[in-house]
Amino acid sequence: MEFLLEGIRAITVPQLIMYVVGILLIYLAIVKGYEPSLLLPMGFGAILVNLPSSGVLNQTLPGIGEVQGIIEWLFKVGIDASEAFPILLFIGIGAMIDFGPLLSNPVMFLFGAAAQFGIFFTLSAATLLNFNLKDAASIAMIGAADGPTSILVSKILHSNYIGPIAVAAYSYMALVPLVQPLAIKLVTTKKERMIRMPYNPISVSKRVKIIFPIVVTFIAGLVAPASVALVGFLMFGNLLRECGVLNSLSDTAQNALVNLITLLLGITIAFSMKAEEFVTVDTLLILVLGLVAFIFDTIGGVMFAKLINLFRKQKINPMVGAAGISAFPMSARVVQKMAIKEDPTNHLLMHAIGANVSGQIASVVAGGIIIGLISKFI
Amino acid sequence: MLENFKTSLQIMGMGMLGIFTVIIVITLFVIVLEKVDKKLEKK
Repeated sequence: MEFLLEGIRAITVPQLIMYVVGILLIYLAIVKGYEPSLLLPMGFGAILVNLPSSGVLNQTLPGIGEVQGIIEWLFKVGIDASEAFPILLFIGIGAMIDFGPLLSNPVMFLFGAAAQFGIFFTLSAATLLNFNLKDAASIAMIGAADGPTSILVSKILHSNYIGPIAVAAYSYMALVPLVQPLAIKLVTTKKERMIRMPYNPISVSKRVKIIFPIVVTFIAGLVAPASVALVGFLMFGNLLRECGVLNSLSDTAQNALVNLITLLLGITIAFSMKAEEFVTVDTLLILVLGLVAFIFDTIGGVMFAKLINLFRKQKINPMVGAAGISAFPMSARVVQKMAIKEDPTNHLLMHAIGANVSGQIASVVAGGIIIGLISKFI
Repeated sequence: MLENFKTSLQIMGMGMLGIFTVIIVITLFVIVLEKVDKKLEKK
């Protein structure tokens, strides 16, 4: 009967903590509705990988030898070998994006760039906390507000913190409605938040929508070659959507592919949530740095809008700058809600959506640039 | 640590410059493309 109790006896305190973390993630996913498609598989996966001698990890059994574990295998194949899961997910994300609101209001592109400031601010902050450059850059990518990009960059830079980074990225994306309003109010006045912006979109033809993803791939790929996988697959998905002759593939990309990869990605990432790697002081620091990244992303976008206003007669509502982060469509909705709260007749949604969509391009470009720059400086 | 911090500041400068460069080039391209597209549609 002894062998039945071996598992219970082998549980360590850090593993118990991870059971609590796993259950918390599941709770947040189901009860609070925070990014359930990722947090639920991650939470459940955290429990699976932290059971003593868990069969989901490679184990060496006496008399039998090494036995492959499914989660470890999924991680090696889907993330370690080629970063396939996050990159393939980008096809689906690209197929879901409508660049129309952005193309009809091109000035919104700039806010996507400005709202990536938090990434670089956090990179500096992380180095002050004694993280090496590769880990600091990986942690900073939480500020991309894009789970696949954060995971991909962490993997390419061989960060030891993929698990906490993924948890932080998806948790803060879900917390955008809480984090962004506070940051926006910190750097804007009521008068600024009430600035009205007329919406006069240029009409966008199908031709433009088809050419756009092709050219963006060229431009981003030539300037930041390390971003080709990210930007290229995002734009490939978008081209599937916009070309008009591949509706079944577009539909598959937006639904079956996204759902399948999301399901596998969440549970696979749990491989990096083993107790000995996750339950550390560094994880707490990463959670704090992730929050810093989101706050300074927001502040960066807002301050850039205020800077532009110095040179414009027709002022931009600075809150639109905050929508430049990649958390689509939550960030745009937050800005719209705040605008209506100040003035029920002030609708900023379409401007904010333009900025928000720009953030999706800018965040993957930022990922490529970070990879390129870190490899130069190490 | 300070060495890494100084490097991170360099990366910040180059990184933001890089992102803005890409985005501004894309923006200008989109503006030109839309103008050309309008002319083609008028014809």
